[in-house]
Parts: sequence; C-alpha cells; structure tokens
Amino acid sequence: MRNVFIFLWKNHFFILFLFLEIVSLVLVFENNYYQGTVVINSTSDFTGGILKSLSNFGGLFSLKDANNILLEENARFRNRDASSFIKTDTNTFYVSDTLYQQEFVYVAASVVSNSTNRRNNYLKLNKGRRHGINKDMAVIAPNGIVGQVIEVSDHFCSVMSVINSHSRVSAKHKNSNQVGTFIWKGSNYRKGTLIDLPLHVPLQIGDSIITSGYSHIFPEGQLIGVVDDFRIEKGGNFYTVDVAFTIDYNKVFNVYVVKSLMRKELQDLEKLEDQN
Amino acid sequence: MFNKNIIRFVVLVMFQVLVLNSLSFGGYAYPALYVYFILLLPFQTAGWVLLVSSFFLGLSIDFFTNSLGMNAAASVFMAFSRSGVLNLLRSKREYELSVSPGIKDLGLTWFLTYSFILILIHHTILFSIEAFSFSDILQTVIRIILSSILTLLLAVLAQILFYRQDKVQKSFV
Repeated sequence: MRNVFIFLWKNHFFILFLFLEIVSLVLVFENNYYQGTVVINSTSDFTGGILKSLSNFGGLFSLKDANNILLEENARFRNRDASSFIKTDTNTFYVSDTLYQQEFVYVAASVVSNSTNRRNNYLKLNKGRRHGINKDMAVIAPNGIVGQVIEVSDHFCSVMSVINSHSRVSAKHKNSNQVGTFIWKGSNYRKGTLIDLPLHVPLQIGDSIITSGYSHIFPEGQLIGVVDDFRIEKGGNFYTVDVAFTIDYNKVFNVYVVKSLMRKELQDLEKLEDQN
Repeated sequence: MFNKNIIRFVVLVMFQVLVLNSLSFGGYAYPALYVYFILLLPFQTAGWVLLVSSFFLGLSIDFFTNSLGMNAAASVFMAFSRSGVLNLLRSKREYELSVSPGIKDLGLTWFLTYSFILILIHHTILFSIEAFSFSDILQTVIRIILSSILTLLLAVLAQILFYRQDKVQKSFV
C-alpha cells in the first residue's frame, strides 16, 4: 500500500494530466453536437447574460447596417400592404376563409453572440423557452436563412448556424425546382455547397438557390444564395455547386425564429409511415 | 505574484471572449491568445497548479463558444508539455526564482521558440478535435499553422507592450 502511494506521489503530475485530459475529452464527446447537458444549461443564462451586454454595446457600432437591412425589409412589406394596391373591383367582399390556414409563425429576435471563424459556428438569440422557442425551429434573416435552434434555455436559445459543418438543409434550384442538399464545408464563410443536384439540371451562374421546405423546418422558398460556380466531381453523377450566400453572416443582427404549426402533424404522419 | 496571475487569467478570458472570438480572418485563422496565461506562469509553479489552472482556463473559454471540452483538452495538453519544452530550451541562464518566462529576462529568440512550440501543440490538439476527421486534413493543417502564427504575433505584441510599460513605470520611480 505504501508503495502505491509513493508511486502515485511520484507520478502525480502525469496522473493528474491523464485525469484532466480524460475529463475534457468526455466533455467533448458528450456535448459536442447536442449540448443538452446540465452544465451548459445551468450556465448559459450566465454566459448568455455577459454576451448580451456585449452585443448591446457592440450593437451601437452596427446600428446603421442593421437599420438598412430592416428598412429594406419594411419597404418590401409595404409593397405587399393592401394600401399600396389600387382597388379595381368595387364588388369584392370578404368571407371567413377556410382555404388558407396559417402554417408558420414568426418571432422576432436579436443576435446576442455570433461566430464565423470556427468550423462549427453557433449563434445565441435573446429569445428562449419563455417566448415559445423550441428545438428544431428555423431561424431566418431578412435576406437569407440563418440556421436552426438546437438548444433552449429560459431566456436564450442556441442556433446551429448554416455555416456549421453539421448543418444540412434541403434546398432546391429555383428555376428547375430540382432538390439537393445544402451543406457547408468549413472554409469560406461567404460560400456554401449544394450537393446531390442531378446532372440534367440546366445550371447557370447567378441562379438562385432556395429552401425546399421538405424538412418541415424552413418555410419553402427562402433564399439561401446564388450559384457562384459548379462542377462534376470525378466519377460522380451529381453536380457540386458553390453557392455564394446572399447574407453576410458577420452582419446578422435581427432575425426571425420560425415556428411551423404543421410540423408535428407531418412528423406524426411520417411515424405512421415507418410503422407500416 | 499569485494575484497578478489571477488578474491575467480573467483579463485574457474576457479579451478572448469579447474581442478575439468576434474577429474573423477569412474563416481560416482563429487566434487563441488566452494560452498566453499558460506561457507566462512562473517557472516554479507547482505541477498540479499548472494543470488545474490550464484546465479551468480552457473550460471558461469553452463555456462561451459551445465547444465544451475542446479548449480544455488542448490547454491541459499544452500545460503538460510545458516542462518538457522548458528542459529542451534550458538556456545558459538557469530558470532561477527571479527569472520569469518572457522577452525581458530570456530574450526574443528564447521566447519565440518557447511560445511557438507550445502554441503549435495547443492549436494542433484544438483544431484536430474540432475537425475530428482526416478527410479535410490539409485544411486543418492550414488552420493550425495560420492560427499559430497569429497567436504568436499577438503574444509577442503583448510582451512588447507590457515590457515597455514596466520601463516607463521604473523611470518614474
């Protein structure tokens, strides 16, 4: 027994090193993708609070950019407003309409922290469980998609950015409606990659890539970016398309969290499919 | 001396989280200046203090970046390698009590070699865990090298800034 203690004491530096390294690695593998742990949840209100005050301060410098983006969006909404149309038919009347039912609800949020320089980038938003935010909701900005919610605390939520190597979004080529998968390869934060797009699609540089809506997370038709370059990988049957984002992820300030009202119904339906 | 290191710990974590983490160098380089704390710990620091403080240093960064464990693992490994690197670089001037790791006491060449080896070790571990695959190995290597150079530059800059400050203070006395 004495020898064991002597051994431990002699090698305490190495043993402590092994112990701490193992603890760190366990933390990495337990929490890396879905940070659903007690540790993160108990501290995210604390770290979130610090990051929020930073963003309040840093926000002052980017007010102009943020305002411009919002102004543009307001202008677009104004164009759709009833008052911007001239009535040509005086005989119309409104009935309670059952043909249209609301599918998506938008919650406005602002970005508390953001990164673009990692391979797995995340954002934190100032809306959480108390505001009705849940896991797997989509996050979009006025001029493009941002990501999806992966973790919620009472006042904040973590968003896996589109520029995250784990991110996969079902996307389509706007002109031909052909569907592919949109990923990010982890180098240039201004460009993403669309894969699995069949070869017969007539692609042109400058074509729009939009969301397909098949994942029931993002609403259909949200702009992701425009085709920057495309090629066929050796021996492949699909295009690899470089897509330039329409949005500068370094300048995301105000976003909308999108809640899909039909998602649960669709998922239940898919569960039934699996059972059969 | 002890207090000085605690202040350095807090200041570096804040600087990393509030300033450096929001900088983007084309997405390729990520300066992790917070390891400057480990570089500057006194030579006579006990082994366990070195390891434990490095662990908590990394962990504090992790809490802010959704990367629980990554920075901690890299920092602990770097702290562990420190004594080996110090032995390797043992200069003519022994590491006495009055000598602290830095340009002032041991010269620019010594500091550059010492820091670069340790920063490279740290960044190699950090970015390898982050990528966790060999598929984009070239890209990972580029990230490691560019980030290490950037961190080293910042560390030297910090040295020069604070060295100057010491001088000014002395001249006032």
